Amino acid sequence: MQERVKKPQFDVVGTRPIRPDGVDKVTGRAKYGADLKMAGQLVGKVLRSPHAHARIKSIDISKALALAGVKAVVTAEDFPGQPSEFIPAGEGVVNYRDMSNNVMARDKVLYEGHAVAAVAALNEKTALAALDAIKVEYEVLPHVIDEMEAIKPGAPILHEDMITTGVTPAPTKASNISKRVEFNLGDITKGFAAADLVVEREFKTKAVHQGYIEPHACLASASEDGSAELWVTTQGHWVVRAYCAKLLGWDIGKIRVTSSEIGGGFGGKTVVYLEPLALALSKKSRRPVKMVMSREEVFKASGPTSGGTVKVKMGVKKDGTITAAEAEITLQAGAFQGSPVQPACMCAFANYDLENVKVVGFDVVSNRPKVAAYRAPGGPISTYGVESVVDEIAEKLGICPIELRLKNAAKEGTRAAYGPKFGPVGLVECLEAAKESDHWKAPVGPNQGRGLAAGFWFNIGGETTVSLQLNEDGTLTLMVGTPDIGGLRASLCMMAAEELKMDVSKIRPIIADTSSLGYNFLTGGSRATFSSGMATVEAARSIVKQACGRAAKLWDIPEEAVTFEDGMIRPAGENAGKHQPMHLSDIAKVAGKTGGAIVGYAAISAQGAAPSFGVHIADTEVDPGTGKVTVTRYTAIQDAGKAIHPSYVEGQYQGGAVQGIGWALNEEYIYGDDGKLQNAGFLDYRIPVASDLPMIDTIIVEVPNPRHPYGVRGIGETPIVPPMAAIGASVRRSSGVRFFELPMSPPKVLKAMKAAGKA
Amino acid sequence: MRYEKPTTVEAASALLAGQGARVLAGGTDLLVQMKARVLSPDVVVDIKGIDATRKITKDASGYTIGAAVTGAELKEHPTLSKDWPGLVEAANLIGSTQVQGRASLGGNLCNGSPAADSVPGMIAAGAVATIAGPKGTRTLPVEDIMLAPRKLALTAGEFIVSFKIPARPAHGGDAYLRFIPRTEMDIAVVGCGVALALDASGTCTAARVSLGAVAARPLLVVDAGKALIGTKVDEAALAKMEAAARAACKPIDDKRGTVEFRIDVAGTLAKRTATIALERARKV
Repeated sequence: MQERVKKPQFDVVGTRPIRPDGVDKVTGRAKYGADLKMAGQLVGKVLRSPHAHARIKSIDISKALALAGVKAVVTAEDFPGQPSEFIPAGEGVVNYRDMSNNVMARDKVLYEGHAVAAVAALNEKTALAALDAIKVEYEVLPHVIDEMEAIKPGAPILHEDMITTGVTPAPTKASNISKRVEFNLGDITKGFAAADLVVEREFKTKAVHQGYIEPHACLASASEDGSAELWVTTQGHWVVRAYCAKLLGWDIGKIRVTSSEIGGGFGGKTVVYLEPLALALSKKSRRPVKMVMSREEVFKASGPTSGGTVKVKMGVKKDGTITAAEAEITLQAGAFQGSPVQPACMCAFANYDLENVKVVGFDVVSNRPKVAAYRAPGGPISTYGVESVVDEIAEKLGICPIELRLKNAAKEGTRAAYGPKFGPVGLVECLEAAKESDHWKAPVGPNQGRGLAAGFWFNIGGETTVSLQLNEDGTLTLMVGTPDIGGLRASLCMMAAEELKMDVSKIRPIIADTSSLGYNFLTGGSRATFSSGMATVEAARSIVKQACGRAAKLWDIPEEAVTFEDGMIRPAGENAGKHQPMHLSDIAKVAGKTGGAIVGYAAISAQGAAPSFGVHIADTEVDPGTGKVTVTRYTAIQDAGKAIHPSYVEGQYQGGAVQGIGWALNEEYIYGDDGKLQNAGFLDYRIPVASDLPMIDTIIVEVPNPRHPYGVRGIGETPIVPPMAAIGASVRRSSGVRFFELPMSPPKVLKAMKAAGKA
Repeated sequence: MRYEKPTTVEAASALLAGQGARVLAGGTDLLVQMKARVLSPDVVVDIKGIDATRKITKDASGYTIGAAVTGAELKEHPTLSKDWPGLVEAANLIGSTQVQGRASLGGNLCNGSPAADSVPGMIAAGAVATIAGPKGTRTLPVEDIMLAPRKLALTAGEFIVSFKIPARPAHGGDAYLRFIPRTEMDIAVVGCGVALALDASGTCTAARVSLGAVAARPLLVVDAGKALIGTKVDEAALAKMEAAARAACKPIDDKRGTVEFRIDVAGTLAKRTATIALERARKV
């Protein structure tokens, strides 16, 4: 029998050591965004718009400045105007005019909570009094919240210069549609003609927040010499540095940004809100300025992800072969363009090997906070629609949902509708694992049902720099630049330890600041363990090479005649046995005398990121008297390529599943007719609490990524892609009703069950 | 803002009669509202210095529970949970474990929310408040205290010192259930308290049904109680009670639930709550 994948044996990779950042997080010693204090620091607060849409006629800050203890006030006038242009940045593009106008409103406020001014004062009480003393004169404008309302003729227009791109000929009038995108493969007309069954459905999802427990927080200190320091909770401090420099017109090299520990980000801490304001206030006041958002501000003014409308049409033959697939996806961008509609379109049918596909997407602005990335941005929304239709097809054809997916699954060589051909991917392996799982085989009880769905995410690599220092006692210090939000430091130390055949506890990692290391793109796109891992391996191999060179010098033999085996540096070839093998720590001790410090450095743009597929199984029980849905059992199965530290891989699977369960059952932005958010707090924005959930079981599938030294795939985002469709399919069976709208909250479920005679 | 901690009801009444004074018991609502800048009282009158607000006493006529006694203290009392388990459970659904260590029956009522968990529990149990004020002391049934959201039948200077809970009938039982979309840390979308008593033959001799979060104030649904009295609390009686409970609802559509949903769930909960109360009554 031929082995599909040859699995190498590792000493450290694949084990579960205690994470190096664990003790300080458990004891409370770890410092998060709001935990740093500087002598003389001021409290910064933001004045926010009470209106969903209004023109700013005037802002009078004189009374605020006159208050004792108020040291600075900033408004849009303190930030240079930016041209509207799309600049490539990391995974996408940024528009600095939008970014500037989002962190501080200029001319118009576009959502409730939009910043209009910021103050720095000696204490919180004075800062709040200063906010009350700022007089803003507004001309209130009509607003629009829902994306389908926003695209109707006559809807209030947010940006007078917004001409839809991607449409030929270009429209002559402004609208709220920023762009139209389209992806095609084959011929859907032919494909639908060949189908025995066509299912067409429309789905609606609500805006949901990332729900990180730590609010945005930073401490800025600007010097009179033009330099500045910024301490901030972020997923990418080099990105924060670049954004702040641009928004303030300062030199990048003069801003030193240090990332604090981070209490969750999920994509939402990849952008700036408070940071440029704190720096501007610090420069004006000549004092350090600390700013921390309240939870209400987090909900009203930081990025949720889009709500949207997803139309899906799929055709199949009686045997389950999908002949054509079509989708139209309309996503809320918030007040400024830039919803994740493109990745939503690209993900929509990525689970399947299809010949005929058409996907069209629209990016729509409305009077909501600007969306920010949220774990697999866009993917969960389109996948919810598509996987729900696939489930309905399975039901209508009487085919097992796993078999239907196996019949059509994307595999190595499949051309995705958005362009590329997949390399080795693990969807089939995940489906097989689901089929073999105890969960899939277990019976369900009364009022219970089981659902299954698959999901995909691309994953990225990108700019990454690490430095690995061999210390004089043989221990190592690893400096990385991707903030650790999910066990990254542990995983990187393990890869270094594997390379160097060292005890992992001898390697101490830090997240270095922007002035201590070359550029790092942020922790996002499920890139950190992949990219920083690749760079760490390169740096470790450089250490080995340097150490061999030092040994060659000591032994006076050619460098090529030295090898590194089993953690020891040995003379090889004709010199073998002529010198006592040396441990890395022996070399470390004599580094000073043999050429100086030994430092491995890797500055790379990581290539070869590979997608990760996952399959989730959900059991739910519905209460026919109240419509309440309880998740009774849940299993997340996913291809990790190679799990460096399986506990943190499992943690990602579980966390993504839980966020997806919240999205499916209770989470939603609720707006009043006045355009104001009604549930800007965790009481009425219901993320699941621990007692709401069963243990989330996990199965790690490993189909190695051939382009990573240890086979790693990014795994952080895929786990939030399948849950909503899996829960939907499960609720279909527990309640007897198929739902097309999220969240499946009790009032909706009870109403639908009553209408169907099931309650 | 001034903080005062008087030790007598008279001193507390005098302070509360002044402008901008608020009562502080556990503080789990007041302090949150002050921090959110919803309220900024001039004087905060902490009533926990008054002995009568902090103790539970029991005699032949029942219990006297101080207005500032916490949910956790109710639970720790040696006999209260045996006699009035529904009331104790209701108070211990408020907030988190930490909040239950501070939040009191008096505060939960006087915060003036129609969704307060302990209030339907108290109303079902037949609790009567002892109110102190500048003109002396008076009593008022709990169902008559809250008039509308944030509006109470208390006049300037008045505050609740304690609640009188009657002795449990020989074959009596009570229960409280609420509906929330999650399992804890939430506000009732519908709350329901039921207390009933049986005679030796198992016939219902008294029943009080109270609903929360389905009207501008917590309701005592007399008709729902009447539907059970004189019956064996069988399916037919329960169905009648369920219908009476639904008929009494005058809810609103809001972010926590629709009118239709609240009315539906009120009936469902009333039946489920009465069933638990019945089981308890049969066991004693």
